[in-house]
Amino acid sequence: MEFSAQLLQHLLSGVSTGAIYALIGIGFSIIYNATGIINFAQGEFVMLGGMLTLFLMEALQLPLWAAIPLAVLLATLTGLLFERLAIRPLRKASPISLVIITIGGSILIRGLAMLIWGKDTHSLPPFTGEEPIMLAGATLLPQHLWILGITALLIILNKWFFNHTISGKAMRACSYNPRAAGLVGIDVRRMVLLSFMISAAMGSLAGIIVAPLTMTAYDVGVMLGLKGFCAAIIGGMSSGLSTVIGGLLLGVLESLGAGLISSGYKDAIAFVILLLILFLRPQGLFGKPESERV
Amino acid sequence: MRTRLAVFSLAALLLLLSASLSFAAGTIKIGGLFSVTGPPAFLGEPERNTAKMVVDGINKAGGIKGQKLELIVYDTAGDATKAVQMATKLIKDDHVVAIIGPSTTGETMAVIPVVEKEKVPLISCAAGSKITDPTKRYVFKTAQNDGLAVARIYEYLQKQRQQKVALLTVSDGFGSSGREQLKSLAGKYGIQLVVDETYGPKDTDMTSQLTKIRASQAQALIVWGTNPGPAVIAKNAKQLGLKLPLYMSHGVSSKKFIALAGDAAEGIKLPSGKVIVSDVLPKKDPQKAALMAFVRDYQNHYKQEGDHFGGHAWDAVMLLKGAVERGATTSEAIRDALEKTRNFHGIGGTFTYAAGDHAGLTKDAFVMVEIKNKDWMLAK
Repeated sequence: MEFSAQLLQHLLSGVSTGAIYALIGIGFSIIYNATGIINFAQGEFVMLGGMLTLFLMEALQLPLWAAIPLAVLLATLTGLLFERLAIRPLRKASPISLVIITIGGSILIRGLAMLIWGKDTHSLPPFTGEEPIMLAGATLLPQHLWILGITALLIILNKWFFNHTISGKAMRACSYNPRAAGLVGIDVRRMVLLSFMISAAMGSLAGIIVAPLTMTAYDVGVMLGLKGFCAAIIGGMSSGLSTVIGGLLLGVLESLGAGLISSGYKDAIAFVILLLILFLRPQGLFGKPESERV
Repeated sequence: MRTRLAVFSLAALLLLLSASLSFAAGTIKIGGLFSVTGPPAFLGEPERNTAKMVVDGINKAGGIKGQKLELIVYDTAGDATKAVQMATKLIKDDHVVAIIGPSTTGETMAVIPVVEKEKVPLISCAAGSKITDPTKRYVFKTAQNDGLAVARIYEYLQKQRQQKVALLTVSDGFGSSGREQLKSLAGKYGIQLVVDETYGPKDTDMTSQLTKIRASQAQALIVWGTNPGPAVIAKNAKQLGLKLPLYMSHGVSSKKFIALAGDAAEGIKLPSGKVIVSDVLPKKDPQKAALMAFVRDYQNHYKQEGDHFGGHAWDAVMLLKGAVERGATTSEAIRDALEKTRNFHGIGGTFTYAAGDHAGLTKDAFVMVEIKNKDWMLAK
């Protein structure tokens, strides 16, 4: 196989993994912007997406197309309950306590998933076909196209929501200054709740579209969550395009690193990037240095 | 004065009671340490189930020369500290004459000093070769060493004239132990390792490694890991249209792997214990009778297919039974009798222990199998 085709293969693999990181990363950013906390239970929503779809298909014998929206709905409901039961009662707590609560929440959700569904790994059927598609010497699966398509669609929807709807604009207002937003009549608590629901929905959808390729189990959320967090950091915690670029960059670098240097360093690459960004450009790769809001 | 008398008589009574307990007519107490819960529960549960099933079966058939077996099982939850506590409890409180288990190599290594000191034979169900290498006086094992599986694959590759081989191993205990064996045995079989790549146990996309392997000179690919990694690799290989023959380890020799990998599993070959192919084994195979009995019994008792792990416990109980049949009832005598086991046809293989070999198996314990039509076939 020629080097150029090899390179193209690494790029394609990287972009499709990166798209997933981007979706998860945006979930992190939305909650961060609305509340100022990092929700470490984000990875568990990803897990819930895949596992719930599988559960609905097996237990209720639902077809795939019916199980997917229902699973997203249930995961969104989990996000809602999580905010209501774990975050809202402690609104006066410091961000660091809230972050720790989200870690606790993620352990709880993972533990419950393990008790209910067991420790086995499961596979979802691909949405359409399994025949590889050739592209200039490299190959990709129909599922990769689904991943890229759905990610692109979600990002566009996301952009539209935040820029052109009242709720979206209200959420942005909250992220700039919650007190001022409250003063002009925006229900800040409702916006926080909404941010958890949107994040849960996006995370679970990411978990569903990736499950046919990577399979799913009660503990897939940990690593995917961390990689998504990484993407969000590269993107400077914006819920827009820079997190998407952050995710894609991470996916491609991982894939190139594993293919051209050594696969042993794959995860190390992601976390070295994370540390470098946190040390050198904490505002993100594309962000301008920002003065601390007082 | 009165209290002293009371204490004294109570002590005497207890002494008497405990003495009478340990001389309870004709039962032989054996202990079981299995990780029925915790991460290695997939090992411990079938092991405990099987041990119970076999002991019940022996007792129902009248015991061994009139003596009943009593099995005392503790759950170690995959925790080495707990395994040591439970081993001590089995020896000091329950006065067992031999112990079966633990389920994992880590727990077994932790328990070894205890049984060596107390001189109680231990038959481990874990696979690590360091359990019996070097040989410890009271420690035996029933699970096959990784090296035997490697030898099986290499022998097969030699026959297929595939000398240039790529390795893709998982970066955990199972993978690194396999990788060591694969590297150290390669020279002996004239195998040249041209690529040596790894992947993380939680990795979800291995196309990068496979792309690199595709660009190499390799004539065959050996993947060493446990679910789900190898299933992802099988799918990735199919996506890339990788033409190399794909070999895997005995770590995926369960129906679960076929279910996960789906169509991508077709044509994959791997070394496996004989349980999964018991029905298609030739009649002349010396293990056939034992395998069929185990699979049938397990199905009847637990409505599930018996697996390799249960097989390790089956072998352990049966090896003990053999020792007791040959007249051994004390720990020391059982140890000596176990060491004299010759050609015992069990589930994991044909065991022949010796003073310098407490693992007892050869590479005949493994057969090469191929996945065809979502089922196991013997590879030609």
